[in-house]
Amino acid sequence: MAKKKWKKHSILPGFGLSLGFTTLYVSLLVLLPLAMIFVNTASMSWADFRATVTEPRVVASYQLSFGAAFAAACINVIFGVLIAWVLVRYSFPGKRVIDGLVDLPFALPTAVAGIALTTLYAETGWIGQFLSFKVAFTPIGITIALTFIGLPFVVRMVQPVLQNFDQEMEEASAILGANRFQTFIKVIVPEILPAALTGFALAFARALGEYGSVVFIAGNMPMKTEITPLLIMTKLEQYDYAGATAIAAVMLVISFFLLLFINGLQWWTNRKFAHS
Amino acid sequence: MSIQIKEVSKTFGSFQALSDINLDIQTGELVALLGPSGSGKTSLLRIIAGLEESDNGAILFGNEEITHIRATERKVGFVFQHYALFKHMTVFDNVAYGLKVRPKKERPSKKDITEKVRELLSLVKLDAFADRYPAQLSGGQRQRVALARALAVEPKVLLLDEPFGALDAKVRKELRRWLRRLHDDFHITSIFVTHDQEEALDVADRIVVMNEGKIEQIGSPEEVYEHPNSPFVYDFLGNVNVFHGRLENGQWRNGAGGENHGSLAYVRPHDILIERKKPADDAVQAKVVHVHVVGRTVHIELKQERTDQFLEAELTKERYRELNIKVGENVFVRPNQLKVFIPEDYSI
Amino acid sequence: MAGHIPLQYSSTKAGKRSAQEPLIVRFLLITAALAFLFLFLLLPLLAIFITAFEQGIGVYAASITDPDALSAIKLTLLVVVLTVPLNALFGVAAAWAITKFDFKGKSILITIIDLPFAISPVIAGLVFALLFSAHGLFGDFLFEHDIKILFAVPGIVLATLFVTFPFVARELIPLMQSQGSAEEEASLTLGANGWKTFWFVTLPNIKWGLLYGIILCNARAVGEFGAVSVVSGHIRGLTNTMPLHIEILYNEYQFAAAFAVASLMSILAIVTLVLKNIVEWKAGQHG
Repeated sequence: MAKKKWKKHSILPGFGLSLGFTTLYVSLLVLLPLAMIFVNTASMSWADFRATVTEPRVVASYQLSFGAAFAAACINVIFGVLIAWVLVRYSFPGKRVIDGLVDLPFALPTAVAGIALTTLYAETGWIGQFLSFKVAFTPIGITIALTFIGLPFVVRMVQPVLQNFDQEMEEASAILGANRFQTFIKVIVPEILPAALTGFALAFARALGEYGSVVFIAGNMPMKTEITPLLIMTKLEQYDYAGATAIAAVMLVISFFLLLFINGLQWWTNRKFAHS
Repeated sequence: MSIQIKEVSKTFGSFQALSDINLDIQTGELVALLGPSGSGKTSLLRIIAGLEESDNGAILFGNEEITHIRATERKVGFVFQHYALFKHMTVFDNVAYGLKVRPKKERPSKKDITEKVRELLSLVKLDAFADRYPAQLSGGQRQRVALARALAVEPKVLLLDEPFGALDAKVRKELRRWLRRLHDDFHITSIFVTHDQEEALDVADRIVVMNEGKIEQIGSPEEVYEHPNSPFVYDFLGNVNVFHGRLENGQWRNGAGGENHGSLAYVRPHDILIERKKPADDAVQAKVVHVHVVGRTVHIELKQERTDQFLEAELTKERYRELNIKVGENVFVRPNQLKVFIPEDYSI
Repeated sequence: MAGHIPLQYSSTKAGKRSAQEPLIVRFLLITAALAFLFLFLLLPLLAIFITAFEQGIGVYAASITDPDALSAIKLTLLVVVLTVPLNALFGVAAAWAITKFDFKGKSILITIIDLPFAISPVIAGLVFALLFSAHGLFGDFLFEHDIKILFAVPGIVLATLFVTFPFVARELIPLMQSQGSAEEEASLTLGANGWKTFWFVTLPNIKWGLLYGIILCNARAVGEFGAVSVVSGHIRGLTNTMPLHIEILYNEYQFAAAFAVASLMSILAIVTLVLKNIVEWKAGQHG
């Protein structure tokens, strides 16, 4: 049989058709367009590239994007674990509706979220008027928007782990003399840690690239409240394609590494699950 | 329909799953492929069904070579280990599936399909369950649906992969008998895979014992049980005691030493005779370590005085009463029937 | 796989045993969680609807029947009709190839499918600008043949395809992996050909997962902002989707109008959540 060596034999039909279509689709829609970033970047000189991506305004945007995304992901881990815990362990009226509502940030268009949050946190807004400090048009506002869009990740990663968690382990811990807090730290936390970390990484990756919900609340002042995706957009609007592409290349490389990190975490999570 | 398997080999990566398998199965036979996991028995069954492709060799159904015919066209009935029932279809639709998917001109009329399915469901005693979904059935019922589904297409060959593996002991035994009766009524050439020697001995006309991708022995249940042709078969079919001994003038002697000291003798527990007085020269002294009674048979664990080796013997309850042995007592044991295998290095 | 949340069967079952924490701790934890959710989810949602009606129902009605608003709604629907079926088809094909066969390069393919989730939507728009702008790879060709992709509907469709294409595939791959191929094999030994096997056995088994993926894909296609923003050119009445239309209204300080259109999209988001929960419940029943 003249079967290709790289594929194991299977009696199921449709391999050529499905893989052919998949490969073509992925190549035309993803690989070719993404390759353009690197092709265009490669046509810049190294000095130009370095100057572009280390320009103070660009560096300030990296710092803001990373800092705000990190802060938002941290808030999401703390409250995400809390929400998952409350949803799995306790019962209270309206629980089902609230559980469904957690996914709102995935379903709501980011621009809609952006204008709603801005309205709430503006100086005269529902919440803004009670605060003694400025939120909208500051890094705090950016962090709030990024917290909103990343909210479901940690909850949805941790929730199934808690659901499948063998409560007998907690009982065993209690019988062995541990108090509730010790049980939580020593028995429950290690179980949910991989899932919480994966949720953190997913929320962080999403926040790093987020655009729609941030542009309205950020104020977009260069050096102060300008996130990296917005900077790319600004450069594009000024027809500075080379500058936009160079910054995009930097972000792409970071995204690749985040993706690798997330895949590694997921592998770890699955391995943890496999023995239970 | 008869099945001929000629020089079939199969590797998965670097793992040799089957090497050079030759096997002839007569029309209407019920054959068991018996072996431990990893012995290649399931691979062989899947190759016969067309679910895997052999690396080389040929498979013939009757006089027709079907090595390169696809599974869809082989017209075999295949019962999967975990049944692979279609979860979203009722029992009725599961059984009707093979008839419904036929090309239009070969497809029976709706009325004929209904009739056929009803007939099969009453054969497997599931008439009342036609509208249930697989999830609503017990393991044994699912197994019977799987069988009815396979029989619906009137296969000339029926292949069953560990058909009773996932069932509990009692249901297992019932279904075993029932499969045997079914086969006696329909005479479809059938092959089933099992790792359970009792199951193979109980149901099959012929047993093919497999190990590490090779066939160790083919024979009737009596043949393979009474006259195993290798230590593996002896060991795999039932409990066995191994005596280390030597060959002297064609006679096997218990105990080490002398020429050909590496020869082993295999004795079934029920072929070990226990006496209170030393009956013959070849009897050895042993101490009763443990006695436990299982139904009508009594299992006795003994320790040989000279070699410190443990032995297992099986007595009837009557004989046990007659001997009146207790734990800690010394008795004499003698093999009634033994089989000697000489490791190849020492072959005479 | 940033951005992907797998279909969860049987959700919100309370623990079998009663909680072990003291009542006061339980109360505090629930209160903290609910307060956070109220502040971050419910309040923004309320703000949208209240602001939308602030200037009365007349302004609301006028805002959503404005010709520019209507053309934005039409364009958004057109984009959805074009992208969601294509990505669903891709998802099924990719999941079939990946879960039913073993071949080299499979894990690379899976990683590539995840890529759009990890990439900023702005970059997703940028790559198409690099391909189709006047100075882009196909710029001269497009100019000579008078084809407009960038700042026109095809560009918007392409950018949306890019950002939404993993949703269905990502949903189906783990589902089909866990189902295995035994049922398909059974179907083949019973004489069914490939298409019949797919149609009668595979498709009914994956239908809830497929629907779930389509719902998520649809929500994102409707609401995509960053990627579309780059390639659209913001031509009113021609290349403005609903989110872009909201942006323009908002930047022109027409808050009531912006929130009126936003409220339409919020209703769609709520419908999405309800459908999603129904599918989860159904899948839990049959899966």
